[in-house]
Amino acid sequence: MDLILEGIKKAFLLLVTLDREVLDITLLSLKVSGLATLISVFIGVSIGTVIALNEFPGKRAVVSLVNTGMGLPPVVVGLFVTIFLWRNGPFGFLGILYTPLAIIIAQSIIATPIVMGITVAAMQQLPRKLRLQILALGATRLQMVWMLIKEARLSLLAAIMAGFGGVISEIGASIMVGGNIKGYSRVLTTATVMETSRGNFDVAIALSIILLLLAYFINLILTHIQQRERKQ
Amino acid sequence: MPILEAKNLCVERAGTTLLDVPHLKVDEGEVLALIGPNGAGKSTLLVTLCHLFKYFSGAIVFKGKPVGDELPVGQYRKRISMVFQEPLLFNATVFENVAAGLRFRKLESQEIKRSVKENLERFGIGHLGDRSARTLSGGEAQRTSLARAFAVKPDMLFLDEPFSALDPPTRESLIEDLERILEDSGTTTIFATHDRIEALRLSDRVAVMNRGRILQIGTPDDVMNHPADEFVASFVGVETILKGKVTGKKMGIVMVSVSGQEVAVIGDYDIGGSLILCIRPENVTLSINPSETASARNTFRGTIERIVPMGLFHKVELDCGFPLVAYITQDAVDALSLCEGSDVAASLKATAIHVVRK
Repeated sequence: MDLILEGIKKAFLLLVTLDREVLDITLLSLKVSGLATLISVFIGVSIGTVIALNEFPGKRAVVSLVNTGMGLPPVVVGLFVTIFLWRNGPFGFLGILYTPLAIIIAQSIIATPIVMGITVAAMQQLPRKLRLQILALGATRLQMVWMLIKEARLSLLAAIMAGFGGVISEIGASIMVGGNIKGYSRVLTTATVMETSRGNFDVAIALSIILLLLAYFINLILTHIQQRERKQ
Repeated sequence: MPILEAKNLCVERAGTTLLDVPHLKVDEGEVLALIGPNGAGKSTLLVTLCHLFKYFSGAIVFKGKPVGDELPVGQYRKRISMVFQEPLLFNATVFENVAAGLRFRKLESQEIKRSVKENLERFGIGHLGDRSARTLSGGEAQRTSLARAFAVKPDMLFLDEPFSALDPPTRESLIEDLERILEDSGTTTIFATHDRIEALRLSDRVAVMNRGRILQIGTPDDVMNHPADEFVASFVGVETILKGKVTGKKMGIVMVSVSGQEVAVIGDYDIGGSLILCIRPENVTLSINPSETASARNTFRGTIERIVPMGLFHKVELDCGFPLVAYITQDAVDALSLCEGSDVAASLKATAIHVVRK
């Protein structure tokens, strides 16, 4: 019990004194996962929309594949990204293994199917006739797609939350492709694992609290937007 | 020159023909009603005419230009508008919904504001501009949808059963407004309905559809009084439909002139107004000497054109200066010794005439 109390005390101290290293780790986590989410939204929403709005042979198989991808194990992604970025690997010449960029790539791969899957579901939930209605009002195809995305915006916010939640808490890929290098590629999750294995529970608890708060506040903001929209 | 002409329209899906319309012509300013049961192909025809359906063969010619050829599909769609049975509003304010079509056309914001305001007022929803479309009642939502369609000043309007999801009072007030707006704007309109009375009230011509085909097309009284085949007859009903003008009124009785004859009906209609009178055959009684049925308000002398046995009763088609149909029993036929070519008096109560304002 002492351990936990002591840990919380230390954690609180680290937080209020804005410990430099903790702050850097937090900022890097935000930056990496934020960028990865942004990339996944860009790819996931556009491809998800294309899948949802078009009829093609094998559509069902593709949607199943995307939905399976929503549960992609981060360690598997980490393994393959590592192999691709390995010195002798196909993209070894880039020399970006064990960098924050590598983490961004891996996390984008994890978040993209999550965002895409939710996008497909959201777009398919819109009434089919809505497309006809928009075209009948004189919209171009591009204007129609944009209108549909706007119609699905509440569900797409959920997609962003799910994507961000998926990567900010992910550890397998971050540690494999980032390497948990102090002051360079160390993020909240990898740092927590390391401190725990060292028995530094106080620091680990502090990091965990930050991680929880971070996830909470980001979702709070997005939920706020979503609920305000819904009320209108 | 017709504003819209369709040639050899054909839609086939999985081996079944959903639509087969060899020829359809709509004149500028005309209101054409498509009536028919569910699944008759009314919606398919509308969607196809709007060029919203990819899989069809045939040609659509708009103002002399073939759509998709001389007139690009995108440009054609910018000159028409369609309203569906469901309001299909966007999750935004009423104002933004009505503005949608104008935004697609990239109009100036001042112009958009002016046009949206005008159309909201037109449909009696000027006070709802800032409301979220999600909070509207069914009637308000359909008004918004119609205002949205009118806002783009379409050359042609396509309405797919726009009233059928509304409750009767809401529907009635919306039909009245639309009637007035269509008359004021003179917008060429094709609308689908399965309600004969709606078709009668709003349209200049009626097309009866079934199984993807147009079985008959003509003026409402023509189609209703002279159905081309059994299906049309059964669908449009067997009532006599007469067009007339109000010539006078006193004490709740309105006199309507129909083909030179005076018909008394109940109601309050302005003198000079056009009305459509619907008379059900079972409400018409026949006699040789009209004084026998003194309680009836209307008595017309006519000649029997045809007597058709219909099981329990006979259908008697009369020419009283206008067509009139009566159902009478076998006993009555015998008692009056009716035969084709004989003269009779037809009587009916003023209260038995269903009046539709035109």
